[in-house]
Formats: sequence, C-alpha cells, structure tokens
Amino acid sequence: MSFNIIVLAKQVPDTRNVGKDAMKEDGTINRAALPAIFNPEDLNALEQALRIKDANPGTTITLLTMGLPRAAEIVREAIYRGADAGIVLTDRPFGGADTLATSYSLAQAVKKFGNYDLILGGRQAIDGDTAQVGPQIAEKLGLPQVTYAEEILGVADGKITVKRRLEHGVETVKAPLPCVVTVNGSAADCRPRNAKRLMKYKNAASPSETAKLPEAIAARVAANPELQIAEWGAAYVDADPEQIGLPGSPTKVKAIENVVFTAKESRRLDNDDAQIEELVKELIANHTIG
Amino acid sequence: MADNNNIIVYCEYDEGRIADVSLELLTKGRVLADRLGVRLEAVVAGDKLDGIEKQVFPYGVDTVYKFEDARLFPYTSNPHAAILINLFREIKPQICLMGATCIGRDLGPRVSSCLHSGLTADCTALEIGDHKDPKTGKEYTDLLYQIRPAFGGNIVATIVNPECRPQMATVREGVMKKEIRDAAYMGKVVDMDVKKYVDDTDFVVEIIDRHIEKSKINIKNAPIIVAGGYGVGSKENFQLLFDLADTLGAEVGASRAAVDAGFIEHERQIGQTGVTVRPKLYIACGISGQIQHIAGMQESSIIISVNNDPNAPINTIADYVITGDIEEVVPKLIKYYKKNSK
Repeated sequence: MSFNIIVLAKQVPDTRNVGKDAMKEDGTINRAALPAIFNPEDLNALEQALRIKDANPGTTITLLTMGLPRAAEIVREAIYRGADAGIVLTDRPFGGADTLATSYSLAQAVKKFGNYDLILGGRQAIDGDTAQVGPQIAEKLGLPQVTYAEEILGVADGKITVKRRLEHGVETVKAPLPCVVTVNGSAADCRPRNAKRLMKYKNAASPSETAKLPEAIAARVAANPELQIAEWGAAYVDADPEQIGLPGSPTKVKAIENVVFTAKESRRLDNDDAQIEELVKELIANHTIG
Repeated sequence: MADNNNIIVYCEYDEGRIADVSLELLTKGRVLADRLGVRLEAVVAGDKLDGIEKQVFPYGVDTVYKFEDARLFPYTSNPHAAILINLFREIKPQICLMGATCIGRDLGPRVSSCLHSGLTADCTALEIGDHKDPKTGKEYTDLLYQIRPAFGGNIVATIVNPECRPQMATVREGVMKKEIRDAAYMGKVVDMDVKKYVDDTDFVVEIIDRHIEKSKINIKNAPIIVAGGYGVGSKENFQLLFDLADTLGAEVGASRAAVDAGFIEHERQIGQTGVTVRPKLYIACGISGQIQHIAGMQESSIIISVNNDPNAPINTIADYVITGDIEEVVPKLIKYYKKNSK
C-alpha cells in the first residue's frame, strides 16, 4: 500500500534562541538577528511521514508551506531529508493572516492538490504557539483530526493508529483516512539530510528563485521537473479574497508591547522576604514567569 | 436579561469532576458577565453528569447545558465540536472561554473555524474594553481584550475580535484564580437532546487505549529551568527544586557535580557534557559556576543565582544574585510566586 502524504510546515524566526545578542539596547528583541528556521515540530511531523514512506514504498511526501518566497528554503530542507516535492503558497494578499485566514488558504491549496490520504503537520509553530492551524484545516476540509500525536503506530485498511501525548498520560486512537494529524515535539527527531539527496537536489528552486539563478543552472532546473519547487498564488488556489490575509482574519492585533529585559549588571539581594517578593513581582510583571 | 449574548464556558469533565481550569474560567467569566450585565453559562458534555451542576453553580453560573451520552466520554474532537457549533448557533454567546489544555486546544480551533469566529490561544489576561479600528475609524464598545505573550514570550499582544461572535479564548490552567462566588448560588439546568446536536457519523475517531504515563524529561525546550548544583547538598534537597519547578511550570536541571554526587539523574545535566539550554529564565541553585556548566546555559535570557557564597563565579553572569541558603530562599520564591501570580 502506498500513500500520498502532505506535510504542512512553516518557516519561523528562531524565537527559542533569543540570547543577549538578539536584544536591542532598549531591551526589546531584534527580530532581524534571529535566523529563519524550519519550525521544529514540523520536522517531527516530517519524520513521521518519512517512516510511513519507509514502511510503504511508493508513498509520496509533498511539503506545503505558506509564507514569503524564501520559504522555499524549508522545502529544499525537507527534500534533502526525503520528501519528494514541495509547494510554496505565497502571494501578497495572503499577508497579515491570522490562524483562520491561514487555515483557509492552506485548505484551498490542499483542495487544489487533490489526491491525498493523510495531512501531517507540527502541533504548533514557535512564533505563535497557537496550535490552531491543524484543527482548523481539518474542519475546513471536513476531515477528522488527531492532535498531540507522539507516534504513528500504523497505517492500514484505510485507518491510522496514533499514540497521543496528553497532559497526564497517553491515548491511542484509530482514525479513518484521510485525516489531519498534528505532531508533538516529544515525537522522534527528524533524520538528518541525506548526502546523496543533497547533491541531487541542491539546485531545486522555485520560479522566483530560478529567475535569480545563473542561466546555466536555471536551464538545468527548467529541464528537470524534479528540481522545480512549485509556487502557488491566491488566484491559482481559487481563494476568496475576502477570506484571506487581513480581510479574512476575524482577530485583530490591538496593541503590542515589547517585553523589556533589564539588569545587565547583577543585582544583589539578601535572603530577605521583602527583597525576594519584590524580585518575584518584577518577574511576573515582565512576563518572565506566570 | 437577554437570552443571547451571554458568556459561556466549556467545562472539561473527567471521572465525574469538572476540571480546575474550567472552574477558574467560570470565576473569570462571572467577573466579565457582571461587567457586561449578562448571564454566565456553562456547557458540559460527558457520560455521567448526574448532579454535575452542583460543582459549577457556586461559581455564579446561571445556566448549565448538559449533554449526556455514553459516547461523549472520553473526549473526541468531532462530537464535542458539533455540540458547541450547534449550541452556539442557537444561543449566540458573545464570549466563549475554554481551557488551553489538550482538549481545549483541540476543540477551540475546530469550533472557531466552523463559526468563523476569532480564537486567541493561551491568554494570560482577559479584560473588557473599547476599540477603534485604525483604518475604518469604526468604534466598538465592550470587546473582549485577549492578552497573550507571542514571539516566544518576547512580546505581549492584545487581540480583539471586532466583528465575529463568539469571541473565543483559551487560558492555561493556573493563570486565573478559582474563587467561589456564593456557595448557595442556584442556576438553571437544561438537559439537552444530544441527538439533535451530534450525528452518529461524528463518532469517527475510536479510542483504543488511555493510560497515565509520565512524559520524558525535556529540559532542552523548557522556557524556565530550575537547576541545582553540588551546593544543593542532597537528593532530598533537590525535591525543593522540583517543588519550585512545579510551581513555575519549569523543568529541573543540574550541574555535573550534582549528577556525579548522585543527587539526580544524568538526563538533567546541563553544560558541555550535558545539554545546552537557552531558557527565558534560569534559576541556578547552589551552582558555583564551572566553565563547562556556564557554557551550557550562559545564553539564558535572565539568570538568577541562589548561593550562600557571595563570590561564586556564576554570580558574575547572573542578572540577580540572592545570597542565602537554598533551604530558605527556594521556599520563599515558591511562597511569593503563589501569593502574587493570581
């Protein structure tokens, strides 16, 4: 049995590595200093897809991501690790989307893609931590969902068996295909790049990247469909302009407040109740704890 | 009071008990309902709900919608989503709150997607306030301000849903305070006909097994780490660090000296020969600060050192230095966090 798997992924700023060098003098974060990475839990999802492929030869894995054209970087990364192809959903009108508009846009792309048995994705992205896009895509496509997956135990007879990691324990569930499964960071780490695949696919490029390549390499991409990363726009996936980007987002950001980290020099406290309470209050007030 | 436009809390239920997080949200919901002059309502779906209303009425609940069916426990996504979607179409609440738990974070997005209502995850504060759209200039009164950290905790955003209802938000357990409004408060119970809300075809996901199992240690991605060194003194004293970690939602780490002394397992070792971490907050307890340890944690955003040696090397990279014994300082941190966090 072989399957067509779509893996949803996002290119995100590496918010986990906000060290002191990524802080501006006023104590706010310098976003430009953060590298753009493959969202960690999406890599866990890719690994689960690759394991299904290992066990079921003929299975194809397509990475689907929405973002800026540079998100083709994570498509290449996925291909180096074993994915077969990738699509970058990118268009100016998609910008400013909240989770609902994002889910609608991705669901439209999935419909356009058509023939799929399983949609996998990370539980949540580290820049928003909402965990909403997976279940919302499932709803938009009318599919069942399995969230918090730690391990896919098997795919057989049109059903997938999944071990879920919940707050206080584990649950094993069986869901019919097609369905949406979101994978936890506690799942197995993704395998590294495969050296042979890296050599073979290092020139894989999206149309907007190909336009900037030297002519000889661009010609090589044009001649080989395996090296072509698809780029889809809003019109191509038949997206309703009212349901994407800012207009399609019911939630609006009213205000943003930077969390300011102070104290470059050590502050000395004694084992004194008032001083310790003051410190705790300060950490709560600047959202370090609580 | 109007029949529509109320505040509703989805109450999680397990083994006959309403979850603490739901009671915390009812407490908050009561305050918001008073502010808006509307009713506080609760919805519970499960298998044995006899008398369950007694657990929620003291929090000031005016109406409890009970959906009882053997197939509604344990929780699965589609049937519970169908209940909320169809119920909300009928009673049109203005605000819906649920726990930011594995259940709430599975259910909320599915419901919000179907109703096209905005949902904000993991709010740390909820307030009522006005809003003026910066583009259209349109003014809105009494919206729910959904306040949450974003961008790895480096910013705090206030989110509003000006047009769509219900305004939905999830909140983690322990963020809001649980407080009984009136032990004698009495609301109304509405027994719902489950068949009118849930279709048999909604029961698509089958639960094969459920059991309690401790999760693996994950210090690498923990936003807060409480780490202990040789100065903690004993395995027993490490329990204090676990208590602090539990209180703060943190993981416990250790220096090599503490691991070598047998105070704690190797999986928790931080440093060159252990794990490298970059949490938001690192509380180093009784750690002197060998270079190899510092290499594994120096990029932490905020470092607090608790040590009875005012000249411990780690103090030079710490943002805060508390000079004192672990046995005294750590319980104080716990005490004052609990006192001030809610």
